[in-house]
Amino acid sequence: MIKTILIDDEPLARAIVKEYLKAYPEVEIIQECADGFEGVKAISTHKPDLVFLDIQMPKITGFEMLELLDCPPSIIFTTAFDEYAIKAFEANAVDYLLKPFSKERFDKAMQKWVANRNIGEASTATKQVIEHIAATPAQSNRVVVKVEGKIKIIPTLDIHYLEAADDYVKIQTSEGGFLKNKTMSFFEKTLDEQQFIRVHRSYLINMNQIVRIDIYDKESHLAVLKSGIQVPVSKSGYAKLKEALNI
Amino acid sequence: MATYPLKNKAFLCAFIILWIIWGVIHTVVLYYSFGFDIYTAVTDSLVSNIFLACSCALISYIFIFYRPEGNYLFTIIEILAITILWLIISNVSLSNIVHSAGYAVFLKKSLLIRFLIGCLIIGWVAVLSLFWYSSEEQEEHMRLHESTEKLAREAELFKLRQQLQPHFLFNSLNSISALIVVQPEEARTMIQQLSDFLRGTLKKEENQWVTADEEIQHLKLYLDIEKVRFSHRLETLIEMDEATRNFKLPPMLLQPIVENAIKFGLYDTTEQVAISIQVLKNANNELTIHVKNPFDKQTNVPQGTGFGLSSISRRLYLLFARNDLLETSTNGNIFNTTLRIPQTND
Repeated sequence: MIKTILIDDEPLARAIVKEYLKAYPEVEIIQECADGFEGVKAISTHKPDLVFLDIQMPKITGFEMLELLDCPPSIIFTTAFDEYAIKAFEANAVDYLLKPFSKERFDKAMQKWVANRNIGEASTATKQVIEHIAATPAQSNRVVVKVEGKIKIIPTLDIHYLEAADDYVKIQTSEGGFLKNKTMSFFEKTLDEQQFIRVHRSYLINMNQIVRIDIYDKESHLAVLKSGIQVPVSKSGYAKLKEALNI
Repeated sequence: MATYPLKNKAFLCAFIILWIIWGVIHTVVLYYSFGFDIYTAVTDSLVSNIFLACSCALISYIFIFYRPEGNYLFTIIEILAITILWLIISNVSLSNIVHSAGYAVFLKKSLLIRFLIGCLIIGWVAVLSLFWYSSEEQEEHMRLHESTEKLAREAELFKLRQQLQPHFLFNSLNSISALIVVQPEEARTMIQQLSDFLRGTLKKEENQWVTADEEIQHLKLYLDIEKVRFSHRLETLIEMDEATRNFKLPPMLLQPIVENAIKFGLYDTTEQVAISIQVLKNANNELTIHVKNPFDKQTNVPQGTGFGLSSISRRLYLLFARNDLLETSTNGNIFNTTLRIPQTND
């Protein structure tokens, strides 16, 4: 039995996938979700084998939803029109259906999925797409995190700095720190490079938060933020800062 | 490429007439003031003035190919060189043609005055030519600038109108695809609505304003389609002041605002969404449209006016050269958009 979840905010869009899936008796639809919040819950609970996922949805996009999952399932994306997403799909081995799609196209996607699943490639492909899409401008003005089971959306403007913390990155805001299971280089790539500068191996700071830069010792400096926090700046980080500030 | 002033018929006529007048003056002065015989006076005038006229034509012609922008020294040297060249040619010719008594001495004595007159005339023509070419260049520049600006403006307006359409179109087609099997009647109705909507969109042109009534009818079609897509979740309320029915506004301005309201409303919340649209006239007799939609403060990142609205602001700026016609505000979890359209009385 293949467990699937359908995530799409339009009931009719879900209806068409349901209709096409009637031809696959081995596929069981265990839940239908109308937004990404429900989607995160459903995927965590049911651990589905396959998810049909729309991209533009209420509250959080399909991609943001995937970022919140510790181990994303294999996905067939369904979307009407999104040039960034299509580029990401084409660059990676994930299949996608462009709405409206025919039964034939749907069958092809299912076949491809079965083939990839047998060689265990489906979820790797999903991960690659997430990395790829996060770097597109449409995604970079907010960060979605999970706090005690709840989903929080942080506008990048509100971020003071990001700090490496083992396998996580701590996102520091006025409301406190939030952890996200990502690497520093992921954030360096996705956040606006005009606004966020990697001043140190373990720190990425928001330029708008800097009050002044103090000398610490021969090799390093300290950036003082509006909140009073001092962030270490390495030699190469200082060079980047100087360039960004035009000094 | 600049056009040679002498190619202009009126200019050529004026040029010839002025030279004839000058030639006559030259002859008269030699005949009366210096007492030469008529043959000598006419020959001197003809030879020196024909060569001088040619020199003037030459310097003007040279400027077609090379104009020393701001380099006055070059211009002065050029004028002097041509003057000297003219002086040599005309004097050598004259000394060979005319052999009357005292003429050779006169030719020698008048060398400086001839040189000065030549400099003056050639210099004057050079200045006039430069002026002519630069004004021509400026005109060309202006024309080019105007036409590129107009093209860019049209292209930008076209692009701004086109944005956001594909998403709506493909999602609607997907809904129809879903309806065809289960509710064929509904599917047919939706195809009809979508066709009417698209036809309405295609028909519109930027410079043809539509009445508020037409725009609201068009908007209703759009909303009906969205209602099928989002079924029970979307509710709309349209109020229209009777007096504004024939007020005019640029086409496809209202729809993106409502589209934006739906996007904020429907995409940011999962509950039922009510969108209200009020069409009124204000004290300045401007068409005023208020659009209200709920939004989720928790998930919505308030960044400027959002994509849909910034493109409308830009359009309004291109159309009216004003930045204050579109205003947004939030009141609790309600997002208000106000659009004002000044009415021109033509």
